[in-house]
Amino acid sequence: MALPPPPAVELRALTKRFGGLLANAGVDLRVAAGTIHGVIGENGAGKSTAMKLLLGLLPADAGQIFIRGERWARPSPAGARALGLGMVHQHFLLADPYTALDNLLLAEGPGRPLLLRRDAARAELRALAQRHGLEMDWDAPVASLPVGVRQRLEILKLLAGRAEILVLDEPTAVLTPLETGRLFEQLRRLRDEGKTVILVTHKLREVMAVTDQISVFRAGRVTGERRTSETTPEELAQLMVGRPVALRWAAAPGLAGGEERLAVADLGLAAVGGAARPRLSGITFSVGAGEIVGVAGVEGNGQSELIQALLHPCDRRCRTGGTVRILGREVTRWSPRAIRDLGVGVVPEDRLREGLLPARPLWENFLLGRQREPAFQRGGLLRPAAVAAAAARAVADYDVRPPALGQAAGALSGGNQQKLILARELGRAPRLILAAQPTRGVDVGAIEDIHQRLVRARDAGAGVLLVSSELEEIRALADRTLVMFDGRIVAEYPRGGATERELGLKMGGA
Amino acid sequence: MLSAGWQLAAATLRGAAPLVYGTLGGWCAERAGVVNLALEGLLLSGAFAAAVVAHTTHSAWLGALAGGLGGLALAAVYGLLVLRWRANQIVAGMGLNLLAAGLTPVLCKMLYDDTGRTPSLTLAERWQVAPLYGCWLLVAVAWFVARYTRWGLWHGFAGEQPAALDAAGVGVNRVRWVAVLTGGVVAGWGGAALSLGASSCFSRDLAAGRGYMALAALIFGRWRPVPAALACLLFGFCEAAQDRLQGVRFGSGEPVPVQFIQILPYVVTILVLAGWAGAARPPRALGTVFSREGNH
Repeated sequence: MALPPPPAVELRALTKRFGGLLANAGVDLRVAAGTIHGVIGENGAGKSTAMKLLLGLLPADAGQIFIRGERWARPSPAGARALGLGMVHQHFLLADPYTALDNLLLAEGPGRPLLLRRDAARAELRALAQRHGLEMDWDAPVASLPVGVRQRLEILKLLAGRAEILVLDEPTAVLTPLETGRLFEQLRRLRDEGKTVILVTHKLREVMAVTDQISVFRAGRVTGERRTSETTPEELAQLMVGRPVALRWAAAPGLAGGEERLAVADLGLAAVGGAARPRLSGITFSVGAGEIVGVAGVEGNGQSELIQALLHPCDRRCRTGGTVRILGREVTRWSPRAIRDLGVGVVPEDRLREGLLPARPLWENFLLGRQREPAFQRGGLLRPAAVAAAAARAVADYDVRPPALGQAAGALSGGNQQKLILARELGRAPRLILAAQPTRGVDVGAIEDIHQRLVRARDAGAGVLLVSSELEEIRALADRTLVMFDGRIVAEYPRGGATERELGLKMGGA
Repeated sequence: MLSAGWQLAAATLRGAAPLVYGTLGGWCAERAGVVNLALEGLLLSGAFAAAVVAHTTHSAWLGALAGGLGGLALAAVYGLLVLRWRANQIVAGMGLNLLAAGLTPVLCKMLYDDTGRTPSLTLAERWQVAPLYGCWLLVAVAWFVARYTRWGLWHGFAGEQPAALDAAGVGVNRVRWVAVLTGGVVAGWGGAALSLGASSCFSRDLAAGRGYMALAALIFGRWRPVPAALACLLFGFCEAAQDRLQGVRFGSGEPVPVQFIQILPYVVTILVLAGWAGAARPPRALGTVFSREGNH
C-alpha cells in the first residue's frame, strides 16, 4: 500500500514568546496538500504569530516546521520563498506610488540582473495572470487600484514567485461581499490547480463557505481540528471561546417615531490628496430616540469621516457644508466637548488611539472625558476615592476582566477594552450614542455582550448610530440601515428590508 | 550686458554645486527611509578632510577623495546610531551636526595651531571645475539608478514599504546602510567643493547652513533627484544674486546694509519650505525603524 503524501505544512510544538506574553504555546498544525485549510481563532489567539513563524518572518523559540515532510531547520523569508511559501498580509505589502509591475519586480528578490527589464516582465506576468484568470492593469500605480485588485496583485506576486503554499491573513476584512465571493472562487481555482491555501480569519461563515479542513486556535494553541463538512459554526465558536456562544441573535425591533436625536442635512467634506471625489457629499439622515440606525459599507467609503464630522463639525477639515443638529440644537459651530456634554456617548473606531490611553491605568481611562462631572471633582481637584468607587462599580457591572483598576488599559484584551469604553460612555446615560465598529477585534464571547448593551441603551430611549463593516452586525441590530458608498448614502432600508445580497451590491456601488 | 548675464549664470552654478551634492546625499538616505538632518555635519567633515589632505599631499584629487571619506566616516557614525542602535533620527542628526561643528576647529587647532582655518591652498591644490559638472553627472546617475535598476527599486521600497522588501528576501537595514554611507560620500564631496572650490581653505562654519538648504531643496523637489537639484539652482542663484546686490542703493539713499542682502538665500529657503513643502509627501516609512517584531 502506498504511503499517504506528507502534509504540505506541519508545525510541531511551535512556541514563541514576546516579552512576558506567550503568543504560541506549542502549536501543532497539519495542512494537507491541495486543500484550503482554515485557521480561525479570536484576536490574540496566536494565529498570526504562528503564520509569521511558518513564513520565517520571526524566529521560533522552540518547535519544528516541516514542509512537504522535510524538516525546515533554519526558517527565513528567503528560505520560505525558495520552498514555495508565500503570504498575503492583512495590510498589503505594496508601495502606493509604484506601478503594479514594479511591485512585482521588487518581489523577484535578489540574484537577478541589475537592470530592470520591464517589457519582458510585463509579457510574462500577463501570461501568468491569464493562466490563473486574474486580470491586472500592470502600469497603473497601486494607489489608483481598488482594494480587491490590490489583493489580486498580492496573490499574483506569490504566484509569480512560484508559491505552492499560500497563506492569506484576514483577506476579506477590506472586501465587499461581492469581492469576497470572487476571492473565494479564485482560491478554489488555485486549489484545483494543486496549490495549498491557508486561510486565516475570525469569520466563521467564511471558513464554513470555502475551506476543506479547519484548525481552531485558542490561547496560543490549536484546540480543535475539524473537517468543514462535519462541523457547524456553533461548534467552531465554542472551540474558539471555550464555552457555548449564541451566534444567531437579532435584537427585538426598537420603537419607531421617537423624537429626533440627530439630524444631519447635506453634510459635505472636500477631497484630499488629489482625489477626484469629495470624501463626503450630500449626507442627509436622522436618528430618533429608541432606534438603532446602522451605517453599512466597506471600510474607507466615508464612515470614519462621517463620525469625525459629527464630533468636530466646527473643524473645516471635517465639514465643508451642511448642518448637524443634535437633540434639537444646531451644533454646527460647537466644540466636541460641548457636543458631548449635551449627552452624546462615543465608541470610537480606533479604540487604542481615540478611545483609551493604553499606557494609563483602568481608573484613569474610566474617567477620560468625564473628569468635569461634579461627582468626580470639586473645585477643579479630582476626588480619587469617588472616581475609584465609580470605576470599580462600572468595571464589575460591565464584567471587565481582570478588574484591576491600577492595571494599564493596553494590557486588557480587545473585548475587555471595549467593555471599559462602553462602561464609561453608557454610564453617563447618553441620549445619543455614536458607535463605530464597536465589535472590531473583539472576542466572539464579548460581541454578544456589547450588542446587548447597545440594545439596552436603545430601549432606555437613546438614539444609536451604529457604523459597522460587519453586515451581520448591522442586520442583527439596526432598525434602519443606511448604505454608504464613495462618501454618499446610496440606499436606506427598514429592518429586514433588504437581503444580504442586495446590501452587498449596494456596498459595492451597484 | 551679456557677459554680466553669463557671470551670473556661472556664479549660480558655482553656488549650487555644493548644494547639489548635499541634496543628493540627503536623497540617498531619505529615499531609503532614513531622515538625514546630519547633512550640515557631513558637509563640514567632508570640507575639513578635503582641505587637510589637499594641503598635505598638494593634490586636489586626493583632497576630493578625502572629502568623500570624511563624509563617509561621519555617515558611518550616523548609521551606527540610527540603524544599529535605533536612536531617534532627528536627535542623532542634530547631535552629529553639533559634533562636526565643534570637532573640526579642535582638529584644526591640533594640526595647525589655529582654530579658525586651515592653511590656504595653492591654485594647484584646489578642485574648482570638476565639481561643477561632476554634481550634474551624479544627478543623472541617481535618476538612472532610481528608475531603471533593481537597486533603485530596492532603495525606493526601503523608504516606502520596507516590509515588502523584507518579504522579498532583501535586508532592509542592509539597503539603508548602503544608502546612508553612499549619501555620506556624496555629501562629503559637497564639502570638498566648498573648501577646495568655492573657498581656498576650510574655515569654521564653512557650510553656513547649506546642509539645511540642501534638505530644503530635497523637500522642494519632493524627494526626487532632478527637481531637487533644480531647486539647488534656485538657491545658488539667490547666493549669486546677493553677491551682486551688495552695495546697491535704492534711489539716492544709503546702501542697503550688507546683512540684509546676505539673508536672501535663507529667506528664500524659509519661503520655499513654508509655502510649498506642505503639499509634498515624504517617503512613507521615512524616520521609522524597521523591525519584524514591531508588528506581530
